[in-house]
Amino acid sequence: MMRFLLLFSRQGKLRLQKWFTPISEREKKKIIRDMTSMVLARQPRSCNFLHWKDLKIIYKRYASLYFCLAVDNQENELLALEVIHRYVELLDKYFGNVCELDIIFNFEKAYFILDEFLIGGEIQETSKQVVNRCIESSDMLQETMEEYMSKPAF
Amino acid sequence: MSPSIPLQEMIRAIRSARTQCEERGVIQRECAAIRAQFRQVDNGGARSHNLAKLLYVHMLGYPAHFGQMECVRMIASPRYSEKRVGYLGAMMLLDEKQDASLLITNSIKNDLAHSNQYVQSLALCTLACMGSAEMCRDLAPEIDRLLRASNSYIKKKAALCAVHIVRKVHDLGELFAPAARSLLAEKNHGVLHGAVVLITQLCERNPEALERFRKTVPDLVQIMKGLVISGYSPEHDVAGISDPFLQVRILRLLRILGRHNETASDAMNDLLAQVATNTDSTKTVGNAVLYETVLTVLDIKSESGLRVLAVNILGRFLLNNDRNIRYIAMTSLQRIVGTDHNAVQRHRGTIVDCLKDQDASVKRRALELSLALVSASNIRTMMKELLLFLSSCPPGAQSSSCQRHIPCGRKAGGDVRDETVPNLIQLITNTSELHCYTVHKLYRALLTDISQPSLVQVACWCIGEYGDLLLKGECQETEPSQVTEDDALDALETVLQSHMSSPATRGFALTATMKLSTRITENVDRIRSIVSIYGSCMDVELQQRAVEYNALFRKYDHMRAAVLERMPVIEKNSSGHTNGETAGDAVKEIQPAAVKQTGPLLPQQPANQVCDLLDLLGGSEEPLQPSTALGLPNSTSTAGGDLLDLLGGLELTPLAPAPTVPVYEKDGVSLTLICEKTSDSGMTVTLTASNSTDSDISVFTLQAAVPKSVQLHMKAPSGDFLPARGAAKVTQMVALNNPNKVNLKMRIRISYNTSQGSAYQDTVQIDSFPGL
Repeated sequence: MMRFLLLFSRQGKLRLQKWFTPISEREKKKIIRDMTSMVLARQPRSCNFLHWKDLKIIYKRYASLYFCLAVDNQENELLALEVIHRYVELLDKYFGNVCELDIIFNFEKAYFILDEFLIGGEIQETSKQVVNRCIESSDMLQETMEEYMSKPAF
Repeated sequence: MSPSIPLQEMIRAIRSARTQCEERGVIQRECAAIRAQFRQVDNGGARSHNLAKLLYVHMLGYPAHFGQMECVRMIASPRYSEKRVGYLGAMMLLDEKQDASLLITNSIKNDLAHSNQYVQSLALCTLACMGSAEMCRDLAPEIDRLLRASNSYIKKKAALCAVHIVRKVHDLGELFAPAARSLLAEKNHGVLHGAVVLITQLCERNPEALERFRKTVPDLVQIMKGLVISGYSPEHDVAGISDPFLQVRILRLLRILGRHNETASDAMNDLLAQVATNTDSTKTVGNAVLYETVLTVLDIKSESGLRVLAVNILGRFLLNNDRNIRYIAMTSLQRIVGTDHNAVQRHRGTIVDCLKDQDASVKRRALELSLALVSASNIRTMMKELLLFLSSCPPGAQSSSCQRHIPCGRKAGGDVRDETVPNLIQLITNTSELHCYTVHKLYRALLTDISQPSLVQVACWCIGEYGDLLLKGECQETEPSQVTEDDALDALETVLQSHMSSPATRGFALTATMKLSTRITENVDRIRSIVSIYGSCMDVELQQRAVEYNALFRKYDHMRAAVLERMPVIEKNSSGHTNGETAGDAVKEIQPAAVKQTGPLLPQQPANQVCDLLDLLGGSEEPLQPSTALGLPNSTSTAGGDLLDLLGGLELTPLAPAPTVPVYEKDGVSLTLICEKTSDSGMTVTLTASNSTDSDISVFTLQAAVPKSVQLHMKAPSGDFLPARGAAKVTQMVALNNPNKVNLKMRIRISYNTSQGSAYQDTVQIDSFPGL
């Protein structure tokens, strides 16, 4: 299973964090520090896989964001790269040419999309189109209810 | 009450803060406003965006625990937008360790039965993310119900929720087994995927479940065939592979089901061969599937043709341009190098090439694999490559590679050339953080096998040097073991008494035993007895050493600790450089010598003398030349000679031909000076005093003074006794550092007692230094 997913910028600022196991706040902060320093220290054309404690860390850089995914030792690293790529594609489809600012200003939407793609550290839906359709439907549900209540959502 | 700004406004305000302080100010203001809003009973529609703001602040790292109760309230709200943010907040702020998490159990229960599937999905997602064991136990029946009778959207989520429940509460696996079985018949890929993950989880936890689910192998094979053979499916296609995620999961489940089971493995043989040959390997996706296939083939009881196919795929991966693929190829080869050694050996050339890769992860993997491939036949070429690699390694990587070098050295054993021993010892002293681990590992190696001389020598040396670390017991990188002083001494004694040990090895062991006398507390008597036994050994070298060590015990006990101190780090030196060809065979009486000095006693001196000791016994095996490493010229061997003057009348090697300048000549006492530049601003001055009168001079001391900006460091003089008629000289070394390059002058005060007992003092000033 996946243990956690972190998105951070080139300066090490956290943009998204999803934890799939219960960890204390202090431990989370430490892990974030470790991950950012480890990943940001890597050379540009190096291998995308790292070992950290008893986990495998798979990271990939997209534009100005680093996507860092930690998986158990028996997971398939190449597939983890594909998982990261799939998530980026979903974000791209939703926001239209997604960039870091989109994720900063609409972080809750990024989480909702992630929750339609992964659950409990596993993939729940392997089809891009189905995930996109579900997000759109949820958004519609929210909007219609908000229109009905005639109050802005956020 | 300050007006609450929309979320995006707040984010903009925070980002535009120029300093950390300003940002904190903005956040504190906002948090205060949010807290106030939370306290209000009914806030209209603003509640959700307050919580969203709080979640943003939380992601920046600021405390947000006061939002926990708000999450609970929001989850209970009938409005979807509020529920959505409330559940998101619960996943971020509430984990099973918080008490408030239990409060949402009821809300989740209600939402699981909600009419709207998106509300149900929120509840399922949250439960799978942060559900505690109690919550899972409470809600398991609900999940089971959803697994059986709902639409595919909910079924797939329920399946993964069940996976989480089984992880938290193992016993509930039984509850989900039947539903999991029936889910395999679904067509929806999401549901199938969830079902496969659930079955995998059940089989991993429970061997009985594993037995039962073996019957599903034909179904899984069928599904997999459908995926591989079927044409293009737009829904699930990724670069030409149809639903690689599902394929990989099925392959993993097949691996678990086929392990240790002939029938199951047979049933999947064809399929695996098909996947291995048909999958397109130009993109990462294809390689991901191939990788999983290879792992499965190697893990189950596959037929040999299939295994060869799998190893060949790994071999192809090794040649791939993509670093990631090379990396995982080596990881997989590492796993099978034990069982399919020959197959892996075929790719040894490529693996050794990868040692030169620029990427650190690839290099590390290549190193591990290379070490695993070392065998008697290829030891020479491999050691050459490995030593080359080690010398080009950055220091951090060196320590980890050292760790592995040691077991490799054990394998290399008798074939290793002599220089490997000094190289290895030098490497060991250089990686101080590994001393504990090294000595533990070598001690264990010594216990198992003492037939390989090089390894035994290194092991003895390490036990002697780092014996205290060995006896302390705890070591981070290896399992703790209680090594008592008796155990360590037993090991060394075994080496001493074994007929397999060469004289050189025995020498190592004896010295190590002696060194342990300062590092242990209880068994010093035992060491004394060992040492005295060898005082009458037939081997002359051992006898000499033993007698000297005995003397250390008897007469120089107060100096024993200093003499046997820890060695300094050895600098890399040209091999084979011995310190003064003063090999002697005769055993001499040890003369007492009062070592009086004006400068501080250098800690390196005693170690220096120990090595002189070792060296004087003609041990050319001795790789350690710390005196040379410290840059002291040959004259310091006299310092050792005085303390343990074994070789009394032997001629000392003449000093290097630097110009000797007489600086003082009076009453038969003469002082000469030799100057040597050691660096840009540093130099070493050697003062040699001799006595040409007919009577002896004692308590001869020199003191020196230099201009203010010059740094002066006086080493210990060779002695303070000047026998008559120039029978022996006293040398004193002075190290000077002149960073400001001032005009160097030195004033020397000479003081001594004549044989009649009168004290004499004189001063001389040196204004010019030759050779500068």
